Amino acid sequence: MAAKLGAIFFSMILVNNYVLIKFLGICPFLGVSKRLDSAVGMSLAVTAVMAIATAVTWPLEQLLERFDLVYLQTIAFILVIAVLVQLLELFLRKFIPPLYVSLGVYLPLITTNCAVLGVTILNIDEGYTYLESIVCAVGAGLGFLLAMTLFAVVRSRVEEAQPPKAFEGMPITLVSAAIVALSFTGFGGIVENIFGS
Amino acid sequence: MNEKVKIVWNGIIKENPSLRLVLGTCPTLAVTTLAANGLGMGLSATFVLICSGVVVSALRNVIPGKVRLPAYITIIATFVTVLMMLVKAYLPALNSSLGVYLPLIVVNCIILGRAEMFASKNKVLDSALDGLGMGLGFTLTLVLMGSIREILGSGTLFGLNLHLPVEPMIVFITPPGGFFVFGILMAGVIFLEEKTGQRRERKAGCAGCPSAEFCQAKESE
Repeated sequence: MAAKLGAIFFSMILVNNYVLIKFLGICPFLGVSKRLDSAVGMSLAVTAVMAIATAVTWPLEQLLERFDLVYLQTIAFILVIAVLVQLLELFLRKFIPPLYVSLGVYLPLITTNCAVLGVTILNIDEGYTYLESIVCAVGAGLGFLLAMTLFAVVRSRVEEAQPPKAFEGMPITLVSAAIVALSFTGFGGIVENIFGS
Repeated sequence: MNEKVKIVWNGIIKENPSLRLVLGTCPTLAVTTLAANGLGMGLSATFVLICSGVVVSALRNVIPGKVRLPAYITIIATFVTVLMMLVKAYLPALNSSLGVYLPLIVVNCIILGRAEMFASKNKVLDSALDGLGMGLGFTLTLVLMGSIREILGSGTLFGLNLHLPVEPMIVFITPPGGFFVFGILMAGVIFLEEKTGQRRERKAGCAGCPSAEFCQAKESE
């Protein structure tokens, strides 16, 4: 049990990294990774929303299955995520203002972040149990954090470089993302070997 | 040029969603390991773009401004559900190769962006044409990306073996290859823009995001 959870957790961070390997949440990855502090803030907010959204959508899916309404999955999930993000924002603003100042500003962006909808749907597709789903969501969020942080640092160096004129801005960012992603492909197989699953 | 043709043409070249507006990057990178997947994804998004454009435009005077974002998302999600049912029934192979990216069309920022920027301000026919143009522009980019990656990465094009004299380079069908090809393709487009003197500033993240207006996370740079 613990081994399986560990395998899911670490493979979400290293092997199946959402941003670099599965291409979910590329917009914030390219947009918010300019500064290290905003990259970390954004990723922590994403991790929290992913975990809460999974905790709510997994039971919801059981309910949909029970009433034979699985075709409503997409609509139901996106609305639940939108409502959750709003609620979380209100809650933070009212009760934990310091956290709201540091993380809350990123919340509205997250509704349309495909990584959040992606993790809730993929958890159902993989047939994970409730606990496994939540571990998977937290792992995915931390993987997002790792990719954002690493890339923010890489990017601060790229910004100072002088690429050919046509590569300035977006193209050189994408090419450097390719190299960061290449380094993550090196993790393939490691987690399976350690946890023996 | 005819006004209507201009609207369609605008989406294909002038405001190509992937290469010039940098929207919908996730599917552009994720599904383009094969040209056929790119075509399927592009046409799926086109279907949703046209349908949601028509409905958003028809309801533009009914939807209150404050709740327009949730309303648009619900409309888009409805058409994505219809699309998923159709694809599952008639194209099961495409369904399994697109996988989770099919439901994720809901959060594709091209569609929400066009609903907010075009369909909510224009007539029904114009919105349908705008959806068609944007969809075709997206499809063209995806097919181009898919073809490059398929030829270099597996030596085939739309599944046909090209019998290339060189070994296929597997890295192009892996995720890093996706970032790389997209970067090079965009650099090529910028090169052409510089030649014709109309370089367009690429804004990723907040500035380029269609929901930026609603969001207080806008980076204060």
